[in-house]
Amino acid sequence: MGRIVVEVMPKPEILDPQGKAIGTGLERLGLSGFTGVRQGKLFHLTVEGEVTADALAQAREAAASLLSNPVIEDVVSVREADDAEASR
Amino acid sequence: MSSRTAMATAAPLIGARGDGGAIPGADALRVGVVQFPGSLDERDAQRAVTLSGAQAVPLWHGDDSLSDVDAVILPGGFSYGDYLRCGAIARFAPLMTAVVDAAKGGMPVLGICNGFQVLCESHLLPGALIRNDHQHFICRDQDLAMENVDTVWTRDYTAGETITIPLKNGEGGFVADPATLDELEGEGRVVARYSGFNPNGSQRDIAGITNAAGNVVGLMPHPEHAVEAGFGTDSADGMRAGVDGQGFFTSVLRSLLA
Repeated sequence: MGRIVVEVMPKPEILDPQGKAIGTGLERLGLSGFTGVRQGKLFHLTVEGEVTADALAQAREAAASLLSNPVIEDVVSVREADDAEASR
Repeated sequence: MSSRTAMATAAPLIGARGDGGAIPGADALRVGVVQFPGSLDERDAQRAVTLSGAQAVPLWHGDDSLSDVDAVILPGGFSYGDYLRCGAIARFAPLMTAVVDAAKGGMPVLGICNGFQVLCESHLLPGALIRNDHQHFICRDQDLAMENVDTVWTRDYTAGETITIPLKNGEGGFVADPATLDELEGEGRVVARYSGFNPNGSQRDIAGITNAAGNVVGLMPHPEHAVEAGFGTDSADGMRAGVDGQGFFTSVLRSLLA
C-alpha cells in the first residue's frame, strides 16, 4: 500500500491561538528555549498499490479543497511518504 | 391552535406561536432549519421562526431537497464535532449542494455561529472563523452595533442601533485578508460589529457579514436565543426579558412578503 503525506500550516499572518497556548504550556514545563509554536496538520492518505501521478494529483486536489482552507491555511507539501512514514 | 393562541395572551407557552397576525401572510411562509450531526441550536432556531409567525421546517443534512422552503437557517452547534475545521465537513453534506444553489439564486440564508462557519467554508461568504484570540470558549450577552440594515435578514433594525443577544463560541474570530476586509467595509457588507467589547479577536470587530446580494448573512452571536421574554438576555425590562434577536426572523418574513 502506498501512502501520501499532506502537510497544512496556518498562514504566517494568521494568529494561531492553539500554537500560542502550546507555547505557554512549554514554558510552564520549563522548556523555555522556543520563541514560538505554530500548530499545523498532517494527513496520511493511503492508496492501493504504488503512489501514482494520478493519486498525487488527487491528493493535491483533496489538500486544496477539503484538507485546507486557503483563507487561513497553506498546503505546505503533498508528497509520497518515505519508508519510515509509510510504516506508521 | 386557536386554544393555544387564546392561552398565549395570558402567558405564552414555550414554543407557542406568537401573534402571527403581526405580519400578514407570514403563516404561509416556510423557513427551513438544517440539522447536521452535532447541530445544537436547531430547535431554538425553529422556535424563533414559529414565534415570528412562519412555519419552521426541519431539514436533514443527508437529504437532497430543500422541501419547498422560502428561506434557510444554518443553526449553531458543532457540526461533525468541529472535526478538521469548524464547518468544513458540513459544507459537503448532500443538502448543502441545494443550499448553495438556492443561495446563489437569491434565497435568504442565515448562518448563525457554526452556520456562519459553514457559509464561509462553502465560499458563500468571504473570510474564515478561527479560534478565539484569548483561547477560551466565551458565553455572554453581547452588544452589537447594527450596520447594514438593508439585507433580507436585518431590515427590521435601524442603522446604528445597538442590540444585545447571546454570544457563545470557541472559534468566533473572524479573519480575512486586508483587501477582503476593505472590500466588505467599502461595500457596506458588515452587518453587525461587536460594540464595547470584542469577545473573540474578530478583525475590525466584525460580528456578521452579508454577501453582495444581501440574501446570505452570517452572524457569530445567536439571535434565536433572544426571541421570547423570560428566555432572552438580561435587559432593562427585566431578567432574561431581552428579545433583540426577533428582528432577524421577522425581517426575512417581511422581505419575502414584500
